[in-house]
Amino acid sequence: MTDLLAIGTRKGLWLARSDDDRRTWTLGEPHLLAQEVAAVSIDTRDPVPRVLAGIQYGHWGPTVMRSDDLGASWQETETGAIRFPEDTGAALARVWQLRPDAADRPGVVWAGCEPHSLWRSTDGGCSFDLVRGLWDHPHRPTWEPGAGGGAVHTVLPDPASDRVTVAMSTGGVYVSGDGRTGWAPRNSGISAVFLPEPPEYGQCVHKVAVDAAGPDRMYAQNHFGVFRTDDAGGTWTSIAEGLPADFGFPVVASPSTPGTAWVVPLVADVQRVPPAGRLRVHRTRDAGGTWTELGAGLPDGCWAAVVRDALCADAGDPTGLYVGTRDGCVYASADEGDTFTQVADHLPDVLVVRAARI
Amino acid sequence: MSVEVVLPGVLADLAGGTRHLQVDPGGGTLAELLDSLAAVHPLLERRIRDEAGALRRFVNVYVDGDDVRYTGGLGAPVADGAVVQVLPSVAGG
Repeated sequence: MTDLLAIGTRKGLWLARSDDDRRTWTLGEPHLLAQEVAAVSIDTRDPVPRVLAGIQYGHWGPTVMRSDDLGASWQETETGAIRFPEDTGAALARVWQLRPDAADRPGVVWAGCEPHSLWRSTDGGCSFDLVRGLWDHPHRPTWEPGAGGGAVHTVLPDPASDRVTVAMSTGGVYVSGDGRTGWAPRNSGISAVFLPEPPEYGQCVHKVAVDAAGPDRMYAQNHFGVFRTDDAGGTWTSIAEGLPADFGFPVVASPSTPGTAWVVPLVADVQRVPPAGRLRVHRTRDAGGTWTELGAGLPDGCWAAVVRDALCADAGDPTGLYVGTRDGCVYASADEGDTFTQVADHLPDVLVVRAARI
Repeated sequence: MSVEVVLPGVLADLAGGTRHLQVDPGGGTLAELLDSLAAVHPLLERRIRDEAGALRRFVNVYVDGDDVRYTGGLGAPVADGAVVQVLPSVAGG
């Protein structure tokens, strides 16, 4: 059995493998070198795993590449897997998220993109259709871009229903009961420090994760503030007490243990570095009631941020946790964050990590 | 009718391994030339233009040595026998 870790960076994709239950890792040669890889997924629903990469091809625009042989070769849909319909007058700027759906929905893959848009594929990511219900939303003209651009960066399909939750910077959290229409903002309780009054929508939500207890419980790492909802976003309450800073980009929930989640706090707003230059992951076991700092194997003297998709969990037992930094280091934990080992250093800025057993 | 499209090396793979293509200029504008190019090499054309039809921001196109930004953009005339050069601009890091 092999564990695969995909590391998307500002200048290429690296794949690391572990054949000893994630104790040691071997980093491979670069793929898609010199191309920004901001979104990656490892789709293990078919016997042959498929790696999807959302890339920025240097000067030559964004696209989606796919590999069915773990990077030995890459394919691209001739007309573009993600291509705005002509009547929109829009053009794809960046792929921010690639998310395979549940095992009993073979071929369904979701993509979140810039400009703010949600896409759905039924052929494993070869081609995507624009979700018109969100694109045509009357709020869309007022969703402002964050510093990184205006995008749907988080897509959370509910495996037990047709409900889909998305998060945007800025824009906030929106939910649709059928994944197509009726998108409603779900931001009550999430702060927006850059606006004079708490808005119905427009928050700068950096990442949202679904708790293992069920789809109604979610965590949000906001642009200032860490929050939890127990009613599918109807109301959010702060769970930031006990963290050294409430700013950060990623939040990841355990896929198997209810109440367990991880964040990487950063000092903000101007610095956006680990507090005191100590890279630490913080874990809750009680849905945000308390937090524990985890640092075994993580460096001091680290002044690099961890961006929103550079933290992920795998589906192993115990859960594996992976964190990548903007100074090109990647750390892996096979024990839910208790201890980390270094997988890579001196890579370009790490933008995304994803792990799967293949 | 034919024009020569000269590509940077990084795009040669998308043109069948060559940096020099002979392309029908169509109606005689850069947009129509790129339409002709898309019919034969769709991936290559997408590197030069986005799906809304705009030239990509960091791609420079010269017709007989003139930057099309100053000669009409996608409407720039491309005459029979012209040389159309595609170059990446100075950008990146």
